[in-house]
Amino acid sequence: MTIDTHSQPLLDTLDPELLSRTLDRRSAVGNIGSTVAAVAMASVPLALGVFAKRAFAQGTLPQAIRDVLNFALTLEYLEAAFYTQGLAAGGLIPAGDRTVFTQIKQHEDAHVALLRSVLGTNAVASPTFDFTAGGTFANVFTSYPTFLTLAQGFEDTGVRAYKGQAGALISDNATLTVALQIHSVEARHASKVRRMRGQKGWVTGAATDAAALTAIYAGEEVTTQAGVNTSAFVSANAASEAFDEPLTMAAVLAIADPFIV
Amino acid sequence: MTNDAGTPPRELSFLSQLATATSRRRFLQWAGVTVGVTMLGCDDDGPTGLGDAVDLGSGDTGVLNYAYALEQLEAEFYTRAVATPFTGMNAAELAILTDIRDHEIVHREFLRTALGMAAIGTLSFDFATVNFTSRASVLGTAKVFEDLGVSAYNGAGQLLTDGGLLLIAGKIVSVEARHASAIRDLLNPNSADFAGNDVVTVATGLDGALPPATVLGSASAFVTTEIDFDSLPTS
Repeated sequence: MTIDTHSQPLLDTLDPELLSRTLDRRSAVGNIGSTVAAVAMASVPLALGVFAKRAFAQGTLPQAIRDVLNFALTLEYLEAAFYTQGLAAGGLIPAGDRTVFTQIKQHEDAHVALLRSVLGTNAVASPTFDFTAGGTFANVFTSYPTFLTLAQGFEDTGVRAYKGQAGALISDNATLTVALQIHSVEARHASKVRRMRGQKGWVTGAATDAAALTAIYAGEEVTTQAGVNTSAFVSANAASEAFDEPLTMAAVLAIADPFIV
Repeated sequence: MTNDAGTPPRELSFLSQLATATSRRRFLQWAGVTVGVTMLGCDDDGPTGLGDAVDLGSGDTGVLNYAYALEQLEAEFYTRAVATPFTGMNAAELAILTDIRDHEIVHREFLRTALGMAAIGTLSFDFATVNFTSRASVLGTAKVFEDLGVSAYNGAGQLLTDGGLLLIAGKIVSVEARHASAIRDLLNPNSADFAGNDVVTVATGLDGALPPATVLGSASAFVTTEIDFDSLPTS
């Protein structure tokens, strides 16, 4: 059994039992002999490695990193609570869509648990949430369209929020990688929820069909990246869709604030 | 080493390929090659139809070239998938695949432009294993490419030293994840597969993250140009 050299340092941080199980999984991949399965399975060891490495470094996080992780944790608390309440609301989510939201909820719960484990005693407590935002969305758990609209808003906000913090984590490879691994899961969610609403899975410009989401898409219309005019390659819409834009922590907190009691 | 259409199904062990290729620190196109024997015995520095080798280079430039190589692969695949739609492709599927094609072209051209003189050349591809008339083959391949792209960018973030470039990578990877979600949902509508347990670890809720060696090992099934990633950063 040979492990590629690039992932070795991460695997070094695993405890022997976990490492053993990880290697078993890699053996299984080899036996399958399928590129598809290999690609899917090969992603597992690295995720575990990062998780393990970070888990025993807890308590040594610089304040700036902790701040980012607690910011992320707050958003994950919000999302987890939102889907928990949505799934518990009788008659809200149609039977055919419950699988989707159950999957999303499981991920948000896992993100909460992961971030709390990384932060340890430094983890902030969950705020109390009011998803009606003081009555603005009074029917959030009785009207499926309202629920879907907010779900889209929270997922797209999450994508922009993690993106906006990547730079703050650049000095901490393990934490950065974990944040990126959460970030792309939020994007998978966002794409699915958008499509359930009849939208494209990707974000075209800053326009939105729901007034309540206006602040969430501000700035998404950008088509200049690193000084390059990307609208010249295919079209302005394709250029906008091809790059998701970040939001600052302040902008994200302003979006979340109405839902926090 | 040639790739004629009549090659037998691949029986290769992914890990064996990886071990072999990693020891060489470069990947050769391996579709249709029998594991071990041919691979080890094939000293292919000669002009055997592989085309010119490319060296991704080092530092942030190397990482961008790595991304550029992957975007070339994706853009070429979707260009073909849209040019010759699979049997029975409906309007919604065509719209999604066309959008994705356009995004990948934007990514490719952006990276080429940003890299300027440092950009690697145009890669050569071999999609002989893809049946472009088959919905399952095209969407199945798209799923592999999108998930691979997500894992590649997730794994490459830590290789970058420039915060601006890290942000650019972040802007691209979430779009790849949006693609992956949509493609997976076309394959298995309204199931959990849009962010399935095969790609998102259940216990942690984390997506994949892979190092370049692993990603290029997978991609090399479709890339005939030899890619040297020896100088890429490793952390």
